[in-house]
Amino acid sequence: MDSHDTSEWTPRQRASSRLNDHFIGATPLQKRLESVRKQTSFVPPSPQRKIPQCSQLQEDADPQKVAFLLHKQWTLYSLTPLYKFSYTSLKEYSKLLSAFIAAEKQKGLAVEVGEDLNFKVIFSTLLGMKGTQRDPDAFLVQILSKSQLPSENREGKVLWTGWFCCIFGDSLLETVSEDFTCLPLFLANGAETNTALIGTWFQQTFDCHFSPLAINAFNLSWMAAMWTACKVDHYVATTEFLWSVPCSPQSLDISYAIHPEDAKALWDSVHKATGEVTQEEVDLFMDCLCSHFYRHFKIHLSATRLVRVSTSVASAHTNGKIKILCHKYLIGVLAYLTELAIFQIE
Amino acid sequence: MSPQKRVKNSQTPKRTSRRSNSYQTNLLAWRQKEDLSNSKGISKNGQNSPVEDFEHADVDEQAEDTLQIAVRYFEKGPFKTSRSKDKTLEKHLKTVENVAWKNGLAPEEIDILLNVTLSGKFGSAVNSRILRCMIPATLISEDSVVKAVSWLCVGKCCGSTKVLFYRWLVAMFDFIDHKEKINLLYGFFFASLQDDALCPYVCHFLYLLTKKENVKPFRVRKLLDLQAKMGKQPYLHALLSLYKFFAPTLISISLPVKKKIYFKNSENLWKTALVAVRQRNQGPSPEPLKLMLGPDNVRPGKRKWNSHSLIPVLNSSSHSKEYETKGMSLSDYLSRNRAFPVDQLKTFPQLLQNIHCLELPSQMGAVLNSSLLLHYINCVRDESLLLRLYHWLSQTLQEECIWYKVNNYECEKEFTNFLDTVIKAECFLQEGFYSCEAFLYKSLPLWDGFCCQSQFLQLVSWFPFSSFSEVKPFIFDRLAQLFFTSTIYFKCSVLENLKELLQNWLLGLSMDIHMKTVTDSSLETTFSGSMQSVFELIHYVGWLSTNALRLESNSTFLLHFVLDFYEKVCDIYMNYNLPLVVLFPPGIFYLSLLSLDSSILNQLCYIMHRYRNNLTAAKKNELVLKTKSEFIFSSKTYQEYNHYLTAMVGCLWTSKPFQKGSYFDPEVFKKIGIAKYKTSLNLIHHPALLSYAVSFLLKECPEERTVNMSSIRGKKWNKYMDYLFSEGLQGLQLFIQSSIHHSSVP
Repeated sequence: MDSHDTSEWTPRQRASSRLNDHFIGATPLQKRLESVRKQTSFVPPSPQRKIPQCSQLQEDADPQKVAFLLHKQWTLYSLTPLYKFSYTSLKEYSKLLSAFIAAEKQKGLAVEVGEDLNFKVIFSTLLGMKGTQRDPDAFLVQILSKSQLPSENREGKVLWTGWFCCIFGDSLLETVSEDFTCLPLFLANGAETNTALIGTWFQQTFDCHFSPLAINAFNLSWMAAMWTACKVDHYVATTEFLWSVPCSPQSLDISYAIHPEDAKALWDSVHKATGEVTQEEVDLFMDCLCSHFYRHFKIHLSATRLVRVSTSVASAHTNGKIKILCHKYLIGVLAYLTELAIFQIE
Repeated sequence: MSPQKRVKNSQTPKRTSRRSNSYQTNLLAWRQKEDLSNSKGISKNGQNSPVEDFEHADVDEQAEDTLQIAVRYFEKGPFKTSRSKDKTLEKHLKTVENVAWKNGLAPEEIDILLNVTLSGKFGSAVNSRILRCMIPATLISEDSVVKAVSWLCVGKCCGSTKVLFYRWLVAMFDFIDHKEKINLLYGFFFASLQDDALCPYVCHFLYLLTKKENVKPFRVRKLLDLQAKMGKQPYLHALLSLYKFFAPTLISISLPVKKKIYFKNSENLWKTALVAVRQRNQGPSPEPLKLMLGPDNVRPGKRKWNSHSLIPVLNSSSHSKEYETKGMSLSDYLSRNRAFPVDQLKTFPQLLQNIHCLELPSQMGAVLNSSLLLHYINCVRDESLLLRLYHWLSQTLQEECIWYKVNNYECEKEFTNFLDTVIKAECFLQEGFYSCEAFLYKSLPLWDGFCCQSQFLQLVSWFPFSSFSEVKPFIFDRLAQLFFTSTIYFKCSVLENLKELLQNWLLGLSMDIHMKTVTDSSLETTFSGSMQSVFELIHYVGWLSTNALRLESNSTFLLHFVLDFYEKVCDIYMNYNLPLVVLFPPGIFYLSLLSLDSSILNQLCYIMHRYRNNLTAAKKNELVLKTKSEFIFSSKTYQEYNHYLTAMVGCLWTSKPFQKGSYFDPEVFKKIGIAKYKTSLNLIHHPALLSYAVSFLLKECPEERTVNMSSIRGKKWNKYMDYLFSEGLQGLQLFIQSSIHHSSVP
C-alpha cells in the first residue's frame, strides 16, 4: 500500500492510552462512568436539595417569552448533548427544519431548502433562562401556520412549540468536550407527530438522542414537598395528589386535594428551617398525608401509586407531562427537571 | 498497483490473454501473459499479423479472424449494392454477436462499433442489434464512451437507439475503466433529462455518476421543476434523494414508506453477459452498486420516531460544517473538498487512502453496521467521536432493554438482535464499549438472569479492563448473587464467560506490555495495579467455583467448566507474557484429583503440567534478569505448587498419598473399610483409572477369568501406561513425562 504514515493510527496506542486513562481518570468518558457508578452504588448518598428560591431568572429574560411558557402542558424528554450545534446558525436551522418537515409531510416530494411554505419554523434563544453563567442558552422552536390573507396577523397560529434548556447542569457540562452543547431537558407542546418529526431531525443533525422522561412516584413526592415549601403570594390552585390503584379491569384513581395553606402548614411542621429539603422530610411529609387519609377512609395510600401532583407552583404527572404555573419558581422547577433528565442520560 | 499502470493496461488490447485462456480471471496473471506474448513479438490486437494467425489455427482463432473482418466491414460502412448487402450484413452481424456473447469484445472493437451505431450509418434495427451485443471482454475504455456521447450531440441516431445506449451505459457502468472524463460531461447528461423518453434512463445513469461536486443549486432547482412537471416518479425520487444525501442544505426529501423499485431494470438485456464479464474480471471489478436507497431497506414499521431501525443509517454529516462557511479558512475549504464521504467507502484500501479526510456519519451509531468504520473508530483518538457513540449507545440500550419495561416482552427479539450486533462489534474491535459498561452497572441489579442470557453474559465478558476492586460491588458482587441462586447451567455459562473476560483482559494487557519497552515509574505502578486486578479476578472466580461445587454437590459437569477456566490461568506467563502465576484453591484441586471421572483427572494433569512449565520459565527468567516481581512469584506460590505436586505424585505414582500434613485421620479410612488406603491410590487403583486397568488386563490376557491388579508392575506397568496414553489421556502423559522420573517405577 501507499507509504502512509501509520504511526498516528495504531490501535495499540489507544489501548495503552486507555489503560492510563483508567488509572488517571481524566477523560470525559471516564468521568461519566464514575458518575454512573456513583449513581448505581448500593447506598445512594442521601440527597439534599434547595427549596426553589424566588425568581432566579436572569435580568435579560424576556417577560413575554417567559409568560408564553407558563400555563401550558409540556411533555418532557431527556436529550443527550447536541454535537456541533451553533447558536449563530439558528436561521439556517429554521430553513432546513422547515424543508425537512415539508418533505416528510408529503412523502416522496422533494422540497428545496428555503422554499416558501405554508408554515414557518422559528428558532429563537430564550435569554436569561439559565441557572448559572456556565449553562448554555435555552432556545425555543416554534412552528407557525401562515395565514392565507397577507393583511391580517401575518404570524398566524402556533402549531407546535418545543424548547431546550439546561438549568444548573454542571454535572453534565463537566463530562463533555466543547464540540457539544448540553441541553438535557426538552419540553414539547403540540401534536406528537410533530414532536416526532422535529426530534428525528435533531437526532439526525446533531447526533443526539431523545427519550421520554417519566417521573416516578419517588420524584413526584420530592416535587410535592419542594413545591409546597415555596412561598406563593396568592394560591391559584389547590394542592392535589392523584393516587392510582392498580386493579382490573379498570384502574381506580383516588384524588386527594387539600387547601394549599394547610399543606404549607404541614410542611412547616416537618421542615427544619435550613433552606434545604432532605429525604427524611419528604418521607415524613408524605407519611403524614397518608396517615391522615387512612384515619378518615381506612385506605393505605402507601399501597397505591402516586401518579400526579399539582400545586400552585406547578403540576406534574408520572407520564412526563408538566405544567408550570408560577413565574417566580420557573427556574427552580426546571432545575429539578434538568437534574432528572441528566440522571436519565447518564 | 499504481494508477498509471492500470490505465495503461486497461487500454492495451486484451486479445492475447483471451486467446491463451478464456477463463482468465486474474488481472495480474493476465498481465504476465500479455508481457510474455509481447516479448514474443506478437503485434497488438486489431492488426494481428497473418503469421501469428496461422500458428494457432483453432476454431476460436478463426472466429476471431472473421470478427476482424466483420468489424472492418462495419467500420467502412454499408455498400451500395443492395442485394448482397443484406446477406453480408447479416453474416457479419451474426459473427459479432456470436463472439460478443461468447467471449466479449475488446475495447477497440467496442470503440469502433459504438462509433458505427451512434453515427447512424446503418438503420436503427442494425444499430440496436449491435448495441445489444456490446459486451466487453473485461473493460470498456472511457474514451470510447466519450466519443459515443459526442455522437449523441450530432443527432444522427434516433430516439430508440439513444434509449438503448443509455440502458447500455447503466448496465456496463462498472466496466468502464475510468469515469473522470465522463463526469466532465455531467452537464450534458443532465440536460438530456429534458427528453421525456430518455429521462428515466438518464436519471439512472446520473444516479450512478453523480458526485458531491456535481450537486449544484441550479441543478436542484431544475430537478424540482422536473418533479413539478412529471409528478412523483420513482426514478426522480432516487436522483433527488441522492442529491439530498450530498447536499442536505439545499434539498429535503423523504421517501415513501413502502419499498419501491426506483429504476426499471436496465440490465435485463445483458443479464447473463454481465455475470460472465464479472466472472472474467472477478478481482478488480467493483461490487455492483446497490440501487436500493438506505432507509427503506429496513423498516419494521413499529418504531415511532426514533427512525427506522435501532441502528441509524449511514449518512454523511455534511451540514453541520457547512453552516460555518462564512468563518471558514482556506485550509478548511481545501480539506472539505477532499473529504471522503462515508457512503462511498466500500473497501479497506479506500479506508487507508482516505483515513485522514473521512467524513464521518451524521449519526455515530451507524458505525455498528460498518466494519470499515469500526476499524476507523478503533484507531482514531477523537474523544467527541467516542462520546457521540457513547451517548447514543447508552440511551438505546437503556430504552430498548426489555426488563426495564413492564409487559413489553414482544420486543425481546429486536433487543436480542441489537445486543448481538453490539457484541459483534465488540468482538471485531476486541474491546468493550464504555456504554455497555454503564449499561451493565444499571441493568444488572434488575436482571432476572434469564432474559437474553447469552447476550448479557457476553457483554460481561467484554467488560472493559478496569480496577477489579473498584467495579466489584457493581458487577461481580451482583453477578455472584444471581450465580448462587441459579441453575447449574447458568453457573456454567457464567464461568465460561468469566473465562472469556479473563482472556480479553489478558490479551489487552499483553499488548500493552509489548508496547512499553521504556520503564517509567508511573507506568510501573499502573502495570502492577493491572496485574493486581487480574489476580483479584482469578481469585474471585476461584471463590465462586469452590462454593458452586459445594452447592452442586461436586458436579463433574460444573468441574469441567471450572478447570477450563484454570487452563487459561495456568498459562498466563507463557501465553501472554505477563508475570503472573496463580494456583487454584485446594477445594478445586483435591476435588479434581479424587474425581471419579478420568477426563477431569486428565485435565488436572494437563493443568499441573502447564503450571510446571510456566513456573520453571518464570524462575529461569528471574535468574537471567535478576529482577523480581514482588506480587507474582512469591516463594509461597512455589511451595503451594510443590505441595500439590507431591500430593499428585503420591496419588498417582508412589501410592503414598497425603504423606505430609495429615489431611485425613486414618480412623476415617478404617471406618469406611479401606484400611489399605495407602496402596489404593495410584495409576491402577485410582477410582478414575480403575476401569482402564481392568480393560487393559482383559485386553492383555483375554482368557483370564479373574483380573489381578497387582500383576501390573515392571514392564507391564510401562505397557499399561502406554495403554493409558493411547486411550486419549494426553494430559496424564504430559504430566508424567515432565514431573516424574522413570527411575521410580514401583
